[in-house]
Amino acid sequence: MTAMAPLEHYLILSAILFAIGAAGIFVRRNLITMLLAVEIMLNAVNLTFVAFGRALGAADGQIIVFFVMTVAAAEAAVGLAIVIALFRHRESLHPEAFTTLRG
Amino acid sequence: MLFYLFGAIAVAASLLVIAQPNPVYSVLLLIASFGALSGLYVLLDAPFVAAIQIIIYAGAIMVLFLFVVMLLHATKEEPEGVPAEAGSPLVLPARGAVRLGAWLAVALGIEFVWALASARESGDFAGGSVSSVSALGRLLFTEYAFAFEVTSILILVAMVGAVVLARREDPPDAGGAATEEGAR
Amino acid sequence: MLLLIPLLPFAGFLANASLGRRLPKAVSGTIACSAIGASFVVSVLSVTRLLAQPVEARAIAQDVFTWISAGRVDVAFGLRLDPLSALMILVVTGIGSLIHVYSTAYMHEESDPEYARYFSYLNLFAAFMLVLVLGSNFLVLFVGWEGVGLCSYLLIGFWYRKPSAADAGKKAFVVNRIGDFAFILGMLLVFATFGTLEFQAVAEQVARLAPETVFGTLSLITLLLFIGATGKSAQIPLFVWLPDAMEGPTPVSALIHAATMVTAGVYMIGRNAVLFSHAPDTLAIIALVGVATALVAGTIGLVQTDIKRVLAYSTVSQLGYMFLAMGVGAWGAGVFHLYTHAFFKALMFLGSGAVIHALHGEQDLRRMGGLKHDLPVTYWTFLIGALAIAGVPGLAGFFSKDEILFRTFTSGHTLLWVVGVLTALLTATYMFRLVFLAFHGVRRGDGDHGHGLHDAPPAMAIALVVLAVGSVLAGYIGVPHALGGSNQLEQFLEPSFRAGAEAASHGETHASLAIEFGLMGASTLAAVAGIALAAFFFLRRPEAAAALSERFSGVYRLLLNKYYVDELYDAAVVQPIRRTSEGALWKGLDVRVIDGAVNGVGAGVFGAGSLLRRLQTGSVRAYGAGLMLGVVLVVGYYLW
Repeated sequence: MTAMAPLEHYLILSAILFAIGAAGIFVRRNLITMLLAVEIMLNAVNLTFVAFGRALGAADGQIIVFFVMTVAAAEAAVGLAIVIALFRHRESLHPEAFTTLRG
Repeated sequence: MLFYLFGAIAVAASLLVIAQPNPVYSVLLLIASFGALSGLYVLLDAPFVAAIQIIIYAGAIMVLFLFVVMLLHATKEEPEGVPAEAGSPLVLPARGAVRLGAWLAVALGIEFVWALASARESGDFAGGSVSSVSALGRLLFTEYAFAFEVTSILILVAMVGAVVLARREDPPDAGGAATEEGAR
Repeated sequence: MLLLIPLLPFAGFLANASLGRRLPKAVSGTIACSAIGASFVVSVLSVTRLLAQPVEARAIAQDVFTWISAGRVDVAFGLRLDPLSALMILVVTGIGSLIHVYSTAYMHEESDPEYARYFSYLNLFAAFMLVLVLGSNFLVLFVGWEGVGLCSYLLIGFWYRKPSAADAGKKAFVVNRIGDFAFILGMLLVFATFGTLEFQAVAEQVARLAPETVFGTLSLITLLLFIGATGKSAQIPLFVWLPDAMEGPTPVSALIHAATMVTAGVYMIGRNAVLFSHAPDTLAIIALVGVATALVAGTIGLVQTDIKRVLAYSTVSQLGYMFLAMGVGAWGAGVFHLYTHAFFKALMFLGSGAVIHALHGEQDLRRMGGLKHDLPVTYWTFLIGALAIAGVPGLAGFFSKDEILFRTFTSGHTLLWVVGVLTALLTATYMFRLVFLAFHGVRRGDGDHGHGLHDAPPAMAIALVVLAVGSVLAGYIGVPHALGGSNQLEQFLEPSFRAGAEAASHGETHASLAIEFGLMGASTLAAVAGIALAAFFFLRRPEAAAALSERFSGVYRLLLNKYYVDELYDAAVVQPIRRTSEGALWKGLDVRVIDGAVNGVGAGVFGAGSLLRRLQTGSVRAYGAGLMLGVVLVVGYYLW
């Protein structure tokens, strides 16, 4: 087995991915791709959990990832359903098209 | 090493996901990113997680995204110009805020990296790995049993919710006739 | 049992106030009259009991309940019957009862609810007045003091729909209040100095002190109390409310503004005789104010055309005499005059009421005349009253007024005596002017409204007659030694004017018989001269009066307009206060500062809100940006 990269490197990678995901929400102008950016963030978190789990020698990290993935799936389903409903309303996927709760 | 390879792929793919305009490509690139992540999980002695990452995330969720993208013909990126309520005095500050948000995300990343980099090197992974599925299963059904059950209800709720939310609204007469038929 | 005396009329008040609206006039009137009548009976019984006791121990006390008990302040609601208050309660309940009976006829034209309202107020007044004179300490007296002020306001403004009546009520109350303010300060000073508010206790402490030679604490206390008395008893400078108070029903004028309430000031000084006798500076002021008021009021009364106004100024003038007496230390004489004055002044007011009633509301003397034929009972009783007030020998007024003048002269206040005699002349003159103008000569007004004039109905007549008898006989309890009497009243009252421990002082000052007769002669001469003057100008040659007023038109107008005192007060006090209240306090403070602050808070919140509103852009990504900002900051803080 090759030597493992140090823990910090995994965490740094995870942080970079998280930042990319967060930036993506603001950069993208399409509701669906915004949700994709959210998925990126969730994955970055998963990576952190697994890395720590391995570092501490516990399986809990993986269990938590299990749950995270489940919830992410549920959230993606519902989120996309909402996007579909919104699209039917406005024929647009631009986030700025849905600003009626304003003022 | 493999870590840096997979890491680079993941970062590059994610960057492209948010950088390039076509949503279909974004989804596909994300799948690639997930693949890289899966490899990372293997390196972390977590084969089960690697497996379900591919199966569920890349295989199910991303496919769902793809379906929706296709369904809505969202193949083009929208232009910056706000479609409807232009001329409202609140829009301009909003745009500025959005740009600010993006930079703030970058700042967050830098913050984390900086903090991690300046931490002392704890270096290696101590402890053994727990990679057997049976061990995971045991843990899942004992300590995390409650969470497990609740999650299953969550999925049920999400399913129902998705169906209801995405349902096309029935035109009046057809729906009326249908319900009358159903009632009788 | 003492408590019953004020309690019975108070019960009458409660009954009429709560049920009166639905009761017929006969019932509410009976309730009121029985209440005060019963109080009179109890008063008589109490006084009888008092007389049965030896002179040295003539007092019946009753502490009804402990009112205030807090730290150093220990005040009971106490009542005390001694010679002075005995005389007062007899006057209040006795004359009060007569006036209640009189009112049942006089107010008969009012509607049932108004009738009951009137009697409830009248009963309430009696209750408060009795509390005032029976109180054993300053605080209880003050309760009565304020209470009668309230009832005076209510009764003056009884016909409140008439603006002049409502205004007069307010004027009375406000002017009284000014005096009350001084009175309260005096009370506080009493408590601070003596540690108690009980009359007996204060008197005993003061008796051990020497009379002040310079203006010190005692003088200040007594001066403040006296200022309160000027308000309540209509002396200079606070007399301006009494003439306006004539807006009220005439029986009210008779009871409150002649016989009882206005005498409260005199009573108060008598009650605190020991205290006042130790403050010679204040006494000098009192005497001066009293005699000046007597003179000024007399001159004003000389030219007034409203029958009630003449009587009102006459009351102010006679009160001046009472204060003159108090000012020279002749407490008994002052109270004596209070007592006799109650009879004949009430009589004359009620008589004028009968006249007004017969003439269906006419009050202007210039439109009266020749009434002695149409209203015989009224005329003869009124005449007796006029003779009494003029000081004609043999009637009550002679004895009391003469006693005052005698004591003034013999205590060395010669100048005051001269003014007093002059005022006696004026009194006779203006009073008989009224008599001649109203009752003699030929009727000047418009015709007799169709039907003949009717004299006072029985309820009114009986009061007139009884009071007339009193005006004649009442003085005989105070016949001076010089005329062979033993001045029983003076002896009776004497224990009230000294502290318990003091030895009895030796009666009246001694002067030679010659001087005494000489003085008596002077006052009699003044009386007769006054009547003669009035007869000349208003009986024989009425044109002469008109000619005189033409020649001295400046003086005439000055008197007619009451020396422009009201106008002076208005300009000097009322308008500045009004302007300050309106301009500074209302517009400046209330509107700009207070309203501004309150509205400003609202406007501020509104403004802040419209600024904060801008945050609600509706753009989810903008909200997300805010979130990110927070995350960056918090994470930064923890990682630092």
